Amino acid sequence: MSDLATSPDALAGPTPETLPRDGRRSYWAAVRERLSEDRVTLAFMTVILGAVGAALLAPWIAPYDPYATSMLARLKPVGTEGHPLGTDELGRDMLSRLIWGARTSLLMGILPVAIAIVVGGLLGVVAGFMGGAVNMIVMRIMDVFYAFPSVLLAVAISGTLGGGMGSGLLALTLVFIPSLCRIAETAASQIRGHDFVDAARASGAPARSIILTHVVGNVLPPVLIYASSLISVSILLAAGLSFLGLGVSPPTADWGQMLSSLRQGIYVAPLVCALPGIAILIVSLSFNLVSDGLRQAMDIKS
Amino acid sequence: MTPAKTTAPGAAAPRQPQAPLLDVSGLKVDFISRAGRTQAVRDLSFTLEAGEVLCILGESGSGKSVTLRALMRLLPEGRSEIAGRVDFLGENVLTLPRRALNDLRGAGISMIFQEPMTALDPVYTIGDQIAETVMRHTGASREAAMARALELIELVRIPSPERRLRAYPHELSGGLRQRAMIAVALSCYPKLLLADEPTTALDATVQVQVLILLRQLQQDLGMGTIFVTHDLGVAAQIADKIAVMYAGRIVEYGSAEEVLLAPAHPYTRGMLASTVSGQPRDRDLEAIPGSPPDLRALPRGCAFAPRCPRATDLCQREEPGLTPSGAFGHLLCHHAQPSPRNPAPADRAPGELVAGQ
Repeated sequence: MSDLATSPDALAGPTPETLPRDGRRSYWAAVRERLSEDRVTLAFMTVILGAVGAALLAPWIAPYDPYATSMLARLKPVGTEGHPLGTDELGRDMLSRLIWGARTSLLMGILPVAIAIVVGGLLGVVAGFMGGAVNMIVMRIMDVFYAFPSVLLAVAISGTLGGGMGSGLLALTLVFIPSLCRIAETAASQIRGHDFVDAARASGAPARSIILTHVVGNVLPPVLIYASSLISVSILLAAGLSFLGLGVSPPTADWGQMLSSLRQGIYVAPLVCALPGIAILIVSLSFNLVSDGLRQAMDIKS
Repeated sequence: MTPAKTTAPGAAAPRQPQAPLLDVSGLKVDFISRAGRTQAVRDLSFTLEAGEVLCILGESGSGKSVTLRALMRLLPEGRSEIAGRVDFLGENVLTLPRRALNDLRGAGISMIFQEPMTALDPVYTIGDQIAETVMRHTGASREAAMARALELIELVRIPSPERRLRAYPHELSGGLRQRAMIAVALSCYPKLLLADEPTTALDATVQVQVLILLRQLQQDLGMGTIFVTHDLGVAAQIADKIAVMYAGRIVEYGSAEEVLLAPAHPYTRGMLASTVSGQPRDRDLEAIPGSPPDLRALPRGCAFAPRCPRATDLCQREEPGLTPSGAFGHLLCHHAQPSPRNPAPADRAPGELVAGQ
C-alpha cells in the first residue's frame, strides 16, 4: 500500500477543470453581479423602488391632502398651476392621490402574494414531501380553487364577503394559494426522490429538519421566482376589484378605484382620467420585467 | 439464525471476544406494491469485523443496494418489509426506536452514495453540509463544526480546502464532489461505512483516486466497510471478504481470495470468465447467457438454474440451501465444485471493464 499511499496527491493535483468557475464568491454575490449587468432589470427596479419610496413617504412628499376637495378646481387638466397632474372630479390633487394610492395598490399587490407564499408554499411542501393520502387531499382541495378563473374567483369571494380592503386581500390571497401550492408541491416531490434527502436521512436527520433545510431550501427559489411574477397580476386584480367597487371603498385613494370614479370625466380631462391606469401599467409592467430579470440572474447553474 | 451460518473470525481483524461489528442474519426485504410482492433480498447472512472490507458483488437488480439501504433502514417504510436481524455492536438496528436510529445514522453507520451529482444538496455549501451532520451528532457550535469540516475536507485531500469549504456542489467536479460526499459520511468517524458503488459514476482515472483514498481512510480509521460494486477489479483491490449476490440471495460468500481465486459457484465462475483482462487476445469473451429472473415471480428451484451450465432436474425442483465453505463462508448451489486456482484477478487494476455491465 505504501506506493499507493503517496500517489493520490500526485494524481489529485488541481487541474483547470477541477477549479470552480465562480471561485470563492457565494451564490448571492454571483446573483448580484449578474443583476448589475442587466440594465433593463436595473432600470425597472429603480421604478419599483421609486413607487415603494413614494408610497412609504406619502405623508411627507404629497403636496396636498389627498382628501381635500375643492368644488372650484374640478377636473383641471395636467399642467395646471399648483396641480402638476391636474385634479379629479372632486377637485382633489391628482399627484397627491396617486402617491397615496400607491400605498394601497402596492399593499394589495404584495401582501396577498406574501401570505400565499407562506400558506401555499407550506401546504405544497408538506403535500409534496409526505406524498400519499396527504398529497391527495391537499392537492384535490387546491384543484377545486384552480377550477375557477382567477378573476371570477376573486370577484366571487370579495363580493360574498361584502367588499372592502380586508375582503379584497383575502380574496386575492385565496386566488394565489393554489398555484403557489402546486409549484411548491412539484418541487418538493421532485426533491423527495433526490439522493441528498436519503443522504440526509442516512446522516441521522429527522424528517422535520430535512423539510426545514433541504426541502424548503430547494423549493424556495422556484416559488419566489413565480411569486414575483404574481405581484403584477395581484396589482391588476386589486385594481379590477376596486374598479368594480369590491376592493378599497371610497374615499381612500386607490388606483383602481380612482380609475373607476374618474370614468365620468373622460371627455373633460382625458389625460387626468388615464393617469391611474398609466400608474397601474408602469408598476405592474416593472414588476413583471424585474421578475424575469431575477429569474435569469438566479438561474446560475445554466 | 440460519442453520448453516458460521461466525468465524475475520481474516484481517484480531479476534474479539464481544459481538462482531455487524452481524446480519436472515435479512429479508420485500417491496409491496399494488402489482404484488417483490422479493428483493432473501435470507441474507454475513458478518463484518472492525477494519474489514466486505464487497457485495452482483449485477444490476441483484439486491446489492437494497441490502445496504436495509441495513440503515433507509427503504420507504410503507412500501417495504424488512425481516431478520441486523446486529450492529450487538444491537438490532431493525427494532431500534426512531430517535436511537437517528442517533446511529451518521455517527455509528454512514453511507456514501453512487451519484455525487445528486447526493449533495445544490443550495448549501460543502462546508454547511458537513457541519450540519457534525452539529447534529456532537452538539458542537457552528464555528467548531466548520473547523471540523475543514479538517475533513483536508482529510479527503480536496485541494485548496478553505475555498472549497465555501463552494457549492455545482462548482466542483465529479471527483471532488465524491470526495466531499465521503467527507460528509466520515464527519463523525463512523465505525461502519456503507458505500453504494461510490466510484461507478466517475471517470476511470478519478475512480482509481477515490478508491485509493477510501481504502486508505478505511485503514487509517479502522472502519468496517461494506462496498457494493459490480466491478470485479474494484473488489479484487480492496475486499477482505466477498459476497456474490444473485436474484436477492448471496450465492457465494467467503474471503476475497477464496471467492476470486477459487470460485465454486457457477455464477461466480461465469462472472469471472466474462472479464476482459487475463484472457488471451484471440478468445471471445464468455458471457453468461440469459438474464436475471423477475423477482416478482421467482422460479421454483434455484434462481440461477435457467442460465446455469450445470443445472439438473434437482436445480429446477428445489432451491439449494446454504452449504458452508472455506474458513467461514457459504455457498448456495447443489453442484458447487471448487475450481482450480485462477491466478488472474488478484493483480487486476480497479476500474477495469467487466463484460456485460
